[in-house]
Amino acid sequence: MSKNKKETKEPLFHLAKRPAIEWWKAWLIRGAAIISSLIVCALIIVVLTKQNPLEVYAALFKGSFGTQRKFWAMLQKLAILLCISLAVTPAFKMKFWNLGAEGQVLFGGLCSMVLMFEIGDKIPNLLLIIAMLIASILGGILWALFPAVLKAKWGTNESLFTLMMNYIAIQLVSFAIMVWVPSGSSVMGLVNSSTKAGWLPSLLGQKYLLNIIVVAVLTIVMFIYLKYSKQGYEISVVGESENTARYIGINVKKVIIRTMILSGALCGLAGFLLVAGTNHTISKDLAGGDGFTAIMVSWLAKFNPITMVVTSFLIAFLQRGAGEIATNFNLNTSIADILTGIIIFFIIGCEFFINYQIKSTKEKEGK
Amino acid sequence: MSTPAIELKNISKTFGSIAANKGVNLTVYNGEILSLLGENGSGKTTLMNMISGIYFPDAGHIYIDGKEVVIRSPKDAFDHRIGMIHQHFKLVDIFTAAENIVLGLEEGGRFNIKEAENKVREISTRYGFDIDPTKKIYEMSVSEKQTVEIIKVLYRGANILILDEPTAVLTPQETKKLFAVLRKMKEDGKAIVIITHKLHEVLEISDRVSVLRKGEYIGTLETANTDESELTEMMVGKKISLNIDRSEPKDSVDRLEINNLDCITRDGVKILDNISFTVKSGEILGIAGIAGSGQKELLESIAGLQKVRNGEIIYHNPKTGSTDSLRDKTPMQIKELGVRLSFVPEDRLGMGLVGNMDIIDNMMLRSYRKGKSVFLNRKKPRSLADKIITDLEVVTPSANTPIRRLSGGNVQKVLVGREISAAPTVLMVAYPVRGLDINSSYLIYNLLNEQKEKGVAVIFVGEDLDVLIELCDRILVLSSGRVSGIVDGRTTDKSEIGLLMTKGEEGGEGNVEE
Amino acid sequence: MLSTIASFINAAIIQGIPLLFGSTGEIITEKSGNLNLGIPGIMYVGGISGIIGGYIYEHSVENTVPILCILFSLCTSLICSALMSLIYAFLTQTLKANQNVTGLALTTFGVGVGNFFGGSLLKFFNESGSISLLDTGLAYKACLPFASKLGLFGKTFLSFGFLAYLAIIIAVVSSYILNKTRVGLNLRAIGENPATADAAGINVTKYKYLSTIIGGMIAGLGGLYFVMDYTAGAWTNNGFGDRGWLAIAIVIFALWKPKSAILSSFIFGGLYIICVYIPGLSSSSKEIIKMLPYLVTIAVLIIISARKKKEHQPPASLGLSYFREER
Repeated sequence: MSKNKKETKEPLFHLAKRPAIEWWKAWLIRGAAIISSLIVCALIIVVLTKQNPLEVYAALFKGSFGTQRKFWAMLQKLAILLCISLAVTPAFKMKFWNLGAEGQVLFGGLCSMVLMFEIGDKIPNLLLIIAMLIASILGGILWALFPAVLKAKWGTNESLFTLMMNYIAIQLVSFAIMVWVPSGSSVMGLVNSSTKAGWLPSLLGQKYLLNIIVVAVLTIVMFIYLKYSKQGYEISVVGESENTARYIGINVKKVIIRTMILSGALCGLAGFLLVAGTNHTISKDLAGGDGFTAIMVSWLAKFNPITMVVTSFLIAFLQRGAGEIATNFNLNTSIADILTGIIIFFIIGCEFFINYQIKSTKEKEGK
Repeated sequence: MSTPAIELKNISKTFGSIAANKGVNLTVYNGEILSLLGENGSGKTTLMNMISGIYFPDAGHIYIDGKEVVIRSPKDAFDHRIGMIHQHFKLVDIFTAAENIVLGLEEGGRFNIKEAENKVREISTRYGFDIDPTKKIYEMSVSEKQTVEIIKVLYRGANILILDEPTAVLTPQETKKLFAVLRKMKEDGKAIVIITHKLHEVLEISDRVSVLRKGEYIGTLETANTDESELTEMMVGKKISLNIDRSEPKDSVDRLEINNLDCITRDGVKILDNISFTVKSGEILGIAGIAGSGQKELLESIAGLQKVRNGEIIYHNPKTGSTDSLRDKTPMQIKELGVRLSFVPEDRLGMGLVGNMDIIDNMMLRSYRKGKSVFLNRKKPRSLADKIITDLEVVTPSANTPIRRLSGGNVQKVLVGREISAAPTVLMVAYPVRGLDINSSYLIYNLLNEQKEKGVAVIFVGEDLDVLIELCDRILVLSSGRVSGIVDGRTTDKSEIGLLMTKGEEGGEGNVEE
Repeated sequence: MLSTIASFINAAIIQGIPLLFGSTGEIITEKSGNLNLGIPGIMYVGGISGIIGGYIYEHSVENTVPILCILFSLCTSLICSALMSLIYAFLTQTLKANQNVTGLALTTFGVGVGNFFGGSLLKFFNESGSISLLDTGLAYKACLPFASKLGLFGKTFLSFGFLAYLAIIIAVVSSYILNKTRVGLNLRAIGENPATADAAGINVTKYKYLSTIIGGMIAGLGGLYFVMDYTAGAWTNNGFGDRGWLAIAIVIFALWKPKSAILSSFIFGGLYIICVYIPGLSSSSKEIIKMLPYLVTIAVLIIISARKKKEHQPPASLGLSYFREER
């Protein structure tokens, strides 16, 4: 039985699940993926602009760290993205695919704007801001509650339901703008720009500092909630195995609804921060795609709020940098989306090398 | 002898750190039936999966008709005319029998399902199967599904047939029919491998027996020249009669009373039919029956996980002396009643434990609600985890290791350990030794006996009749969702239970044939 | 009145064609168990790459030939949509990445590519203004010569460019392949139960790759139809809007049947523009009427989930990646 007479060729390699991998190896792989993605991104920009790659990197860096103003703008972007990422995380941990963060933020923001626009000059500012905060949170909850209740009741597909809710929110905002802006223009200017009613105050002369502090606190609270609270534990159990959850007497439907209320409330809060703290106006692009980006941020960070600071920084840094490149080299700002897409492809792709190993068939025969 | 139809040399396969097969050799000739014998978890199925292309061996050689081959996919296996009938049927639920049978075939010409249906009918008549090719799989009984699997292999003209525990889901009558079919195939000159751990079947159907133990090849014998005790010795390593200790129940009082319980599955099938029995404190009540006779639903009804249509579940509380109805209560409500019910379900990682959590977090599953704090207290679960790891000799790198990285036996120890630690008054265990080695199995038996001596009412659902007879005080036999008898473990024997297991089967006119 | 209804039906069909391409493509993809949420991105890329192909052709010759206009833009569109789906297939099949996250990233990427090149294409060629491919647009819009002679009927049902008919043909052919051929049987088996299909000797990876790529190419044609026929060779950033997501919603509405997707797409197309045809609406209430397609989708989602009919459920393995040696 000579070996040369094999009828078919052996496969060169096959896959096996890794039993475990040291954490530093895993982060090495992720780091390598991020660096390779940055190289690919730069290559693309170099091809498009025919600029020196170093200049491209310098511009990328300047987008976030070029001036103090840019730095704060990046932090503000990071804070909002992080806030929405924190919002979607408990639901995702439960394997509830909430693709509706965009709509929840938007509707939450709309609720704030209604108060700001309609009664902005009628009640004291502090009261107004508190009322806006509550309205936004309730709005976000409402938008998350419909799909959550139906998921709990009939198992209605939540990802498509929440997705559709986004567009309903968009249409509502368009409607409101049509009503508020009499000229028929679909753009709404700054609201209460003279009285600044409903505007969050600047702290230490920094307009965005309050937003950033709120989100920083939220990050720590969410980390503790998920890891050390009983509710957080229930979320993990339901996410891992619904049968086990039922077996130990967890009311799965209750947990789904409760967690989505939390998720919606935080999205509403993000809407409030955007309207009251950042934009002081509303448009249907209020969340600007962050509702979807947040899903990726949360996923890349494996649902860990602390790691999410890093992943959302990465995205915010990249988007600001891409914006800078776009202005410097006279390109369209959508380059940011292209770069974001590429970097996410690389990171989700690299997880494979953490979870699986490629075994060479030859190697083993040699043993 | 002639060239073997299939020959394996030095086959090895590891999963992660677990060696499923170590240097296994095996030979099968045309026109013979070979039994592949071994305990649960001895690597039989893994070995056969490497012949049928599901797994790829880490090392070793496979020869078909004397020529070395490489099988890297099920398609390669078909090309070598190898067909395997898996224990878990590989059928598409919403397809018809005929659609499933022709699935993946690459015949020339236009695809014509009618032609395929006719060919299926042809094969059915030739071997005496009874099947409607246009019936959808989700409307079929288990034995019908198995028939579809076998026809699928025959349709492809397989020369080597591998059957993975084909009788586990069949009634004795159906088994008899299956064996008749296998003998016909043998006369046709086909090479047949039947995986089993039932000794009487080995002796009845096979020409030769190959034995595996813990992934290693032990040897091959001519069936005519061997007997049950020799095979058992090869299978388990040393000759053992079970010798499980059994004490007399003390101060037995009624603990749990089930009256006229009816239960219907989601598809409308009556899975429990008028079940009545009583479990006493300080005894082990065994539950025997063919797989799928309603064992799972019975336990889940008691645990509050399965909707009940009719009947009563009554608990006699030893502390308060009161009697409570558990029917239509959620697990939470049952707990709030002060009922200390522990339950080791059949599917450990699907229900009972969370695979991605570590041992400590799994310990908390039952107890995390304790106290008013909104935060978790991991101190007690940690010490419980450490205690279980030492007491039950759980092999694990640490208490922080995710459960899914442990072997089946260690997972089971963690689960049983946790359930017992709750000091239950009723303990229900389903197939607790499935996939465990002999030592771990005895450890589990001892734990159950300890609980019994503490006055716990133990319900033990098992599949090995020898164990049931030696361990349990009384044995309740389920057959098609009905109680076909309750026998005394000290006086009964296997044939009595075996008979009860098939009593009341639909179409089970066994007495006509006898 | 009759002519209003006729022009509404005509407009509904025109709106429905991109949705039909998208949903047929997604059905074929989902039948293999891949839930490709990147379809909206792929449709953007299908559109912009057609524009680029057509632009390059129109700017490299003096006199354009209609058939070559079509050939150039069609080829670039198909190739680029295929590449997009290849990214998805590679990440989810070969690298076992999560399907939802990969799909969303692909949509971000694809919409970015569409808007970036849409906004910068002219700059690369040192031109200004907005993109408008007159010749290619006309070539795509060319309809049956006798359509205009058939009066209202011809105007309503026959006045489309060839891509519209192609959409219907593709849906019908897909339906035939899925239900009546061996390839379709194999594909459906993979979507229901990949382990079974694998054990039956079907090359699961190959099927998943091919169905995802072919599905993506079909969906890309929806983007191409939109920019070439509907907007007659012009590109506006974000002009394609949320049609990609609607296409995914139609998959559910049509219960995973390409033939039902035809009518469903036209219904959704009608809902999409019905606000224009309701007389006396203020511009703000039009925005409310525009919610209709989404509300209808939600209603359908709720109804099929409440009824739980076995034949109406999504492919059983939808969204899960398959790894043979899983134990």
